Amino acid sequence: MSLLNRQHSVLPGFGLSFGISVVWLSLIVLLPFAALVLMSTKLGWSAFIATVGAERVIASLKLSFGASAIAALINAVFGFLLAWVLVRYPFPGKRFIDALIDLPFALPTAVAGIALTTLYAPNGWIGQYLAPLGLKVAFTPLGIVIALVFIGLPFVVRTVQPVLEDLEKELEEAATCLGASRGQIFRRVIFPAALPALITGTTMAFARATGEFGSVIFIAGNIPLVSEIAPLIIISKLDQYDYLGATAVAVVMLGLSFVLLFAINAIQWWAARRHGGGR
Amino acid sequence: MTIDIRNIRKTFGDFVALDNVDLTIASGELLALLGPSGCGKTTLLRIVAGLERPDSGQVLFSGQDATHTHVSERQVGFVFQHYALFRHMTVFDNVAFGLSVKSRKERPSKEEIRERVMKLLKLVQLDWLADAYPSQLSGGQRQRIALARSLAVEPKVLLLDEPFGALDAKVRKDLRRWLRDLHDEIHITSVFVTHDQEEALEVSDRVVVMDHGHIEQVGRPDDIYESPATPFVTQFLGDVNLFHGRVDGGSLTIGDYAHSLGQQHAGQSDDAVAYVRPHDLDVSRVADGALAAGTVEHIHAVGPVVRIELAQIGSGETIEAALTKERYRELGLMLGDTVYVTPKKVAVFLKDQAQQDYVI
Repeated sequence: MSLLNRQHSVLPGFGLSFGISVVWLSLIVLLPFAALVLMSTKLGWSAFIATVGAERVIASLKLSFGASAIAALINAVFGFLLAWVLVRYPFPGKRFIDALIDLPFALPTAVAGIALTTLYAPNGWIGQYLAPLGLKVAFTPLGIVIALVFIGLPFVVRTVQPVLEDLEKELEEAATCLGASRGQIFRRVIFPAALPALITGTTMAFARATGEFGSVIFIAGNIPLVSEIAPLIIISKLDQYDYLGATAVAVVMLGLSFVLLFAINAIQWWAARRHGGGR
Repeated sequence: MTIDIRNIRKTFGDFVALDNVDLTIASGELLALLGPSGCGKTTLLRIVAGLERPDSGQVLFSGQDATHTHVSERQVGFVFQHYALFRHMTVFDNVAFGLSVKSRKERPSKEEIRERVMKLLKLVQLDWLADAYPSQLSGGQRQRIALARSLAVEPKVLLLDEPFGALDAKVRKDLRRWLRDLHDEIHITSVFVTHDQEEALEVSDRVVVMDHGHIEQVGRPDDIYESPATPFVTQFLGDVNLFHGRVDGGSLTIGDYAHSLGQQHAGQSDDAVAYVRPHDLDVSRVADGALAAGTVEHIHAVGPVVRIELAQIGSGETIEAALTKERYRELGLMLGDTVYVTPKKVAVFLKDQAQQDYVI
């Protein structure tokens, strides 16, 4: 709705509530970002390039976004499956499992990190069996992916679940009457209906993963060029009072996240349009 | 294709949805299953479709037992009350769905599918909406698309579950006339479920009236309306006045009044309830052959019929009569007048028969 050409609405208080929303959003979200970008300009162009282009920084950015993308995709598959099972099948302990899904939301991320490290360290419960197979999980990018899968899972489950719950039984009955097999019903009726939600959930899991710090630093081992994530680079620069350097890396992360989220939103918009018929 | 329903029973927990129902549906007819909500009509329809399994009994398609045939192999078209269109598909893809899920061997070519879908869309008069999405359509259009979709696979039976239930009154009227025309055109054995007696009587070849899991009456719409078999059917099919009295010696006695009945009540002697529709009730100033007397309480003179509400003298119950404008003028009725009501047509049920009063 254009502000200049807005229609008369029966709901009162549009001006007031919209004004408060804009101010609030500016204060909480836009202002810090603006400050960040402004701060980074102090650095100067060449210094900025030098900081951001450093081998360690590039490697960490690749790792952060790469591991987040892999984790998000894994979550997309298993999150969907989990949501499906929770919605579709009655089984004992269903409520318990349902409650368990939220645990990664609630748990302090450091706790998750410590727990995962304990499990996957070469002498840990699971790690000790994986080590002889030549599989190292803790202190490698694999460990980072596992931590990111852990913290991203609820995002996918909690966005897909309600959509699957709301799917009318009649859609499937209609498809069956028309001769569709179970596989065809899933592929052509259920999955497309849940796809927009799945994309949203996966995007959220991805966004959360790129910024994740607490659960990752324990299991990552933080080996430069191998398992050092971008947020850690920022922290370590801050530790060394290199505020401008930290800001530069932060701005790059911000920019990358923004571009990626924008792209995913475009896909989302496209999917929703297909689904909703251009509402 | 004929459908034989034999001794079907279905329960949900303690609730008996269908209590040993028998019904034969003739090939090519348009049959209405009519009844109040919870009477089992939808369950029966879903059992015919194969969406629900009966606890016992059989469903025969053209004499072949289809009780255990899977829905997808029964070749039934099913239309849902809330359309159940696939929202992420265009109208065209919705209608083409049944053809496109066929195995490669049976699937028609792309051109054939296109041709058939467009033909169906023309049949439902919506070919100009082929590229639209369901959310862009009105309710009536959606239901027509749902119908076209179910017809695409050339079903042997068309089953419609309250097909007009979600539509507003005007669209509903148009659509039911349209369904009637469509059926006359394609002559597919069709069963539709409705709780709207007007709809059932207007559209169908035969009506099945159901209540509490069993069939009350089966017949042509005019037969059912003119000679309802049970008190339930009488009350369900439209407004009706009740008179409690006694049948004896071939006449009906209500209080001080006696009305002579036809031959079929000659030998009976029992308490009875007489049902008279408002338009079968004449109002007169003389007591000859009257059922009751009443004082005029309200006169609604808007429209082609004048509806008179009377308070029955003695019981105080409301009697409703519908008179033509001419008759009303002739009588010169005024509020407070005491008049007599005479039935032109009366349905009498003896007491044990009339016990099962209709409750919503």
